[in-house]
Amino acid sequence: MVELLLPLFVGAPLLLGGLLFVVPRLSPLQPIIAMGSLLAVLGGAVTLLVLTSDGTVLAHQISLWPEGIAIAFVADAFSALILTAAALVAVISFQYMIVSGESRSPSIPALVLVLVGGVAGALLTADLFNLFVFIEVMLLPSYGLLIFLSRRSDMGASRLYVVVNLLASTLFLAGVGLIYAIQGTVNLAALAGAGDDPATAIATAVCLSAIAVKASVFPVHGWLSRTYAAASPAVAALFSGLHTKVAVYVIYRISAVIFEGDSAWMTAILVIASLTLVVGAFAALGEKDMRAILLFQMVSGIGFILIGVALFTPGAVTAGIVYMTHHMIVMGALLLVASAIEHTYGSTRLERVAGLRTREHLVTAAFVIGSLSLVGLPPFSGFVAKYALVLASADADAAIVAGLLIVVSLVVLIAMMKIWAEMFNGKRHPDVEVLAAESRIRTRNGLYDTEAVNQDEVALEAARAIEYIDPPRGIIGVEGDPHEHRGTRVPLPLIYPALILGGMSVALGFGGEFLVSLAEQASAGLIDTGDYVKAVLGR
Amino acid sequence: MSLALSIGLLAAAGVFLVLQRGMIRIILGFVLLTHAVNLLIIAAGGVGRRDAPFIGGDTSMAADPLPQAFVLTAIVIAFAITVVLATLAVVGKGDDDTEADSSLELSDPEDSASEKSGDLK
Repeated sequence: MVELLLPLFVGAPLLLGGLLFVVPRLSPLQPIIAMGSLLAVLGGAVTLLVLTSDGTVLAHQISLWPEGIAIAFVADAFSALILTAAALVAVISFQYMIVSGESRSPSIPALVLVLVGGVAGALLTADLFNLFVFIEVMLLPSYGLLIFLSRRSDMGASRLYVVVNLLASTLFLAGVGLIYAIQGTVNLAALAGAGDDPATAIATAVCLSAIAVKASVFPVHGWLSRTYAAASPAVAALFSGLHTKVAVYVIYRISAVIFEGDSAWMTAILVIASLTLVVGAFAALGEKDMRAILLFQMVSGIGFILIGVALFTPGAVTAGIVYMTHHMIVMGALLLVASAIEHTYGSTRLERVAGLRTREHLVTAAFVIGSLSLVGLPPFSGFVAKYALVLASADADAAIVAGLLIVVSLVVLIAMMKIWAEMFNGKRHPDVEVLAAESRIRTRNGLYDTEAVNQDEVALEAARAIEYIDPPRGIIGVEGDPHEHRGTRVPLPLIYPALILGGMSVALGFGGEFLVSLAEQASAGLIDTGDYVKAVLGR
Repeated sequence: MSLALSIGLLAAAGVFLVLQRGMIRIILGFVLLTHAVNLLIIAAGGVGRRDAPFIGGDTSMAADPLPQAFVLTAIVIAFAITVVLATLAVVGKGDDDTEADSSLELSDPEDSASEKSGDLK
């Protein structure tokens, strides 16, 4: 009977999102309803995870049409796990948006809810056309979030984002049409194993290439760093956990169900995934902005995740799923650290902000946890994920891939050390108070980055900050001490969301066995799709 | 055959327009591209059988309703996104880097203040 509630994951956020459009903008109901329903989605996802963690597949035929005709909603261990992680990132990012005041911009909570509804739909549906619809449901509010919360007046990034996604969606729709032409159905379960037929395989490949654009896989990854860099940092954190990961989820699902891990196609994915992780990691080295470096780490991470499905052994798929969960949480944490820094200091450019280590202890802690986890050191979740992935690659006779994973991890470490050396170590920039004051004035007056700010006002604000913001607690400051405790600090509530995600990473590092056992269950459902097909088609 | 040719022609024209400068041409290109895909889906359902399903009780020659439902949904979605794109074509102050004379960098907000031409074609 529980499966009857599956459409609620989509319906409830969409309905409440619609309701929020008529609730007054500054009413306290806005964040309460939005946060409440996000928490409900998270709670529901955890319940699903508990129910499916023994390998059960829950399926509901919408309107109780007969199996095969109805659009089915399915939850297995894989979709439940990814839904849980996505909901977690959404809750934490939205919490950040409430604290930073971004959720008070018009219709932002509503857009976040619609976005989450679309994500839940895309993760739960078992119908390719329905998947296309839910991806669009997920993208349309993202256009709004990107445009409304962008602090830059130029719309170039938004144009690029909409155009790239529209092109990919059109291509995906064409692929769905081709599959329907050949097979007469777009029900994913009915298409199980259809990849043996060359025509179906090529039609499916059209779908996969379209999804690869959305997942920002090399060589179609260029849009990500350009568009997400123009978004508000909290929105970038939200997107990082939802958009590209939904696309990766779809690649996993389609590869497993339609191709059933056919080795010829999987070799192609393996080559592309390897290139993605190398290119992403090296591109990050050339960037001079913390957020840009993190965005290229995201691209690199997509490569790591796809290695799992490309090798298609039980161990590799398990490792890939563990990596995906870990990556959603850790990227969220790191991007929220960048958000907190950008919100407070007005920039994440490496040369503009320095000396955070001695002033911002919690920010530093969150960054260290996040970056060490991303690199893959114990006791963080990154170690579990990378260790499993390297081990699985070696077991699958892909020693080159195993070596590549380790080398690329070193490149990731170099990129993170670059941020550490320039942003956290080093002396504070003498103008840092002025820049932070300028950022505060812009936020207060709702100005874009390009608009001029009254410099006298900035100087006054900066002087006042040194006087009043967080005065020394019983410590007499030494004259000229670069690390003195006065001046701008990242407000505590802004850093808690990142710390919570960082704590999750530590917890999953210590409790790695728990995550791996869940992922094993998920990968068993992908390797042997029998239960999935039986649940959807009833035979 | 005529359907295949129309799809090919629409797709070719759409790709050509998307590769041109200026947001309006890109938008029109996408309109043509989505038309091409919609026709593709209609073609996927087969065009041999095209009778109405309920008249006369004979369903053997009835048209496949599923592609029609797909296309209806796809048209609505494409329309919504076209509106978003059209909005993006008119907002912003001359920062349209699909235009020829734009020398803007996305990552450098300091530069974009100087450009105020507002040429939208």
